[in-house]
Amino acid sequence: MSGVAVVRRDSNASGEGCTDAPVLRERGQREVFCGLTGIIWLHRKIQDAFFLVVGSRTCAHLIQSAAGVMIFAEPRFGTAIIEERDLAGMADANDELDRVVGQLLARRPDIRLLFLVGSCPSEVIKLDLSRAAQRLSRDHMPDVRILNYSGSGIETTFTQGEDACLASLVPELPAEEAEAPPSLLVVGTLADVVEDQFTRLFDALGVGPVRFLPSRRADALPPVGPNTRYLLAQPFLAETARLLESRGATRLPAPFPLGIEGTTAWLRAAADAWSVSAEAFDAVTEPARRRAAQALSHHRERLAGQSIFFFPDSQLEIPLARFLSRELDMTLLEVGTPYLHRQHLAEELAMLPAGTTLSEGQHVDRQLDRCRAAAPDLVVAGLGLANPLEAEGITTKWSIELVFTPIQGYEQAGDLAELFARPLNRRTRLRV
Amino acid sequence: MKLTVWTYEGPPHVGAMRVATGMKGLHYVLHAPQGDTYADLLFTMIERNSARPPVTYTTFQARDLGADTAELFRDAALEAYERYTPEAMIVGASCTAELIQDDPGGLARALGLPIPVIPLELPSYQRKENWGAAETFYQLVRHLAGPHAPAPGAEPAPRDPARRPRCNLLGPSALGFRHRDDVVEIRRLLGRLGIDVNVTAPLGARPADLARLGDADFNVVLYPEVAGIAAGWLKRTFRQPATKTVPIGVGATRDFVHEVAELAGIDASEVLASEECRLPWYSASVDSTYLTGKRVFIYGDATHAISAARVASEEFGFEVVGLGTYTREFARDVRAAAERLGIEALISDDYLEVEAAVAELRPELVLGSQMERHIAKRLGIPCAIISAPVHVHDFPARYSPQMGYEGANVLFDTWVHPLMMGLEEHLLGMFRDDFEFNDTAQPSHLGAGSIAGDDAHGAAPAAAEAADTTETTETAVATGAGDEAYWTEEAERELKKIPFFVRGKARRNTESFARDRGMSRITIETLYDAKAHFGR
Repeated sequence: MSGVAVVRRDSNASGEGCTDAPVLRERGQREVFCGLTGIIWLHRKIQDAFFLVVGSRTCAHLIQSAAGVMIFAEPRFGTAIIEERDLAGMADANDELDRVVGQLLARRPDIRLLFLVGSCPSEVIKLDLSRAAQRLSRDHMPDVRILNYSGSGIETTFTQGEDACLASLVPELPAEEAEAPPSLLVVGTLADVVEDQFTRLFDALGVGPVRFLPSRRADALPPVGPNTRYLLAQPFLAETARLLESRGATRLPAPFPLGIEGTTAWLRAAADAWSVSAEAFDAVTEPARRRAAQALSHHRERLAGQSIFFFPDSQLEIPLARFLSRELDMTLLEVGTPYLHRQHLAEELAMLPAGTTLSEGQHVDRQLDRCRAAAPDLVVAGLGLANPLEAEGITTKWSIELVFTPIQGYEQAGDLAELFARPLNRRTRLRV
Repeated sequence: MKLTVWTYEGPPHVGAMRVATGMKGLHYVLHAPQGDTYADLLFTMIERNSARPPVTYTTFQARDLGADTAELFRDAALEAYERYTPEAMIVGASCTAELIQDDPGGLARALGLPIPVIPLELPSYQRKENWGAAETFYQLVRHLAGPHAPAPGAEPAPRDPARRPRCNLLGPSALGFRHRDDVVEIRRLLGRLGIDVNVTAPLGARPADLARLGDADFNVVLYPEVAGIAAGWLKRTFRQPATKTVPIGVGATRDFVHEVAELAGIDASEVLASEECRLPWYSASVDSTYLTGKRVFIYGDATHAISAARVASEEFGFEVVGLGTYTREFARDVRAAAERLGIEALISDDYLEVEAAVAELRPELVLGSQMERHIAKRLGIPCAIISAPVHVHDFPARYSPQMGYEGANVLFDTWVHPLMMGLEEHLLGMFRDDFEFNDTAQPSHLGAGSIAGDDAHGAAPAAAEAADTTETTETAVATGAGDEAYWTEEAERELKKIPFFVRGKARRNTESFARDRGMSRITIETLYDAKAHFGR
């Protein structure tokens, strides 16, 4: 822990909002999940995929603990636990992996896509999972496609695991024909219900064809090519975006679809690319915007003027802070994020109120000191910190719910506000 | 490599965390990559602790591997010492840090901190959580009590008769299954016997308390999984004998009282005579007759599984059809307990293997961990929790020990409850097509023609049809296989007159009876022939 916090100023600033804001860069203990955690929502999304972590007992324990409830079905994830004999060279790790994969696929003939997921131990012992995936694919294709990515803590922080997973899918996407009409690709896991809502809106706007990555089934991957325009539905997909661009796709820059404003601007970016008129756009989105405004109004009274402090967790912090400050009039004290991607967040940063404290990375003890000194009305923190903060008398929203709950789009704007209002509501009710 | 779906135990450093979090004034500096901090949530969310575990992680990342991870560890240890000013520190590595071989013990020693710094070697690729807890506790005891050990060969002075006997309570830790309440219950029991508790550890102990473990006359080992190694060392070094009985259940609690009375040199007859426990009478009362011979499957850590097997067979009158543990370190004890019951123990940490065993044995009740609860739920079998791994529900707000006389009362309630719930569910199923109690029948107290009744009638045909389909499907399955005997209509009708809770068994028994005899048709005669054949 070098313990040196560097405050620096970025030069590519346009001077709006927080575009030009200094960022407190911290190094120290990071109280965040590793990328393996993404498996919990990814395996639910891609319904015929299995995620096999090649790692240690710690990895297996992490996923089952982070999942919170142990699901009483045999889940579509598991761990090939590396043992002493693998390390001591008594067993060839590649032979062992082949054996375990064979065992797994024999048990689960329903699986069409298998991800070999790298972990801290597999990275440190330099187990080459990409070669293993190629080798195993040769044995199991066409029944099962085998890919690999790293969800290790040394490489990825929490939601970056999804980035790594989707990035591993990009080379597998079929090529879109060169003369194909422009298509829209929505990138980043969304709840099915949210996808369906967006699909209806895009249809009504005449934007399309619209496809989603990840797709619900691995055997129906969306095509990509030079006529593909893509919208990021999540702010943590740096590598996936880079690879999509290398296949010719073009990003439609936009803020993220959280809250009315974010959702409108996000849809607008696609509508503009399809030359939808402002009138048509307003006509299509107006009913949903009106409903969302009504839903938000229930919570504004409770949230307006309340101060909020974000510990870094999912990289959703900046879009969430933008929503809470602009649509619910909350006061931002510190917005921490594990990693700040300036390009993908340019629109978001421009919309943040000037003077907001931004921090990147973490030194958890020092951040707790700052949090206590700031005395916020509401703190957003991960599972390790939430109860201890609550016990100190600081009202806390546990952040993992923001990743597992459908929060994007107009119809969820009220639900999203409610997630922040509920802890405050609860505190006013309790008299014990 | 081993394919694992769910794991019973975490890695050994989580065991070390259970010891550190249970204690006060101790800090654990763990060389571990980013992400390993997930373990904090076990304590803050599952156990609902109001403070963070006293653990500092180095949370190194890939970019640090090329630089100096040892430096990172030194800085973290120094900063943790300055911030938390612990009275002692344990240092070690998680699975990934073990591979990069930075030697946390040596690095920490080199810092020259003015407190005891105890290095832990917990081989992550061989060992698991309980062993990690036991090893950590042993290292703490050895380092902190060791300097106060008597000279080798010196006999301990006999207890001054004016002083009450005293013991240590060893084994309770953070995240333990009901450890919190067991400690209260056993302290109370020892208090009634006139025995003082010198130190309870690790739960609630400070490093300085471990230094005076030697002041006790003997040790009470509540959880051998955690305290076994340390108690062995204390016996060798301080000549402190240790208890062997784990006081779970009435019989074991009585044995425990005898055992500690003998170790303490006191008379326990008064305490034994004034035993306050409801289990013996509740179990004897005629209401409990239905518990007789219920087939139970028991799985858990060794201590709780062995104890539950005794309680189930001797104090509930159950038939133990399966017994096993994921604690390989105590496999021998579990095998011996199973042998006494005439069965073979299942020793495995493979969840799928346990599930297969439960499915095959078809018990009427499962006593297990949260893992077995999921298995039981899937198979539609009632289940009660007796052991870690734990879930947030295993830290109830109420006082709920497993040990001692009150613990036995808790066992009675906890194990009978799911059977009653199971019974209710069956009743609902059974009365679904009863003439008087079906879904669509009027509640008699509402009289005829109420609005609710009209609504219900609308749904009636569908419900009745659904019920029929289920029955038909079942019959089809039973008669589907080519060589299976088919049920005549009268036999099928007769089967339905048999009480629901044995109907499935009657069907299976009759079919296997018919199969063994090569019969193609099941008549009423066959049904009753089979009943006589299988009758017990």
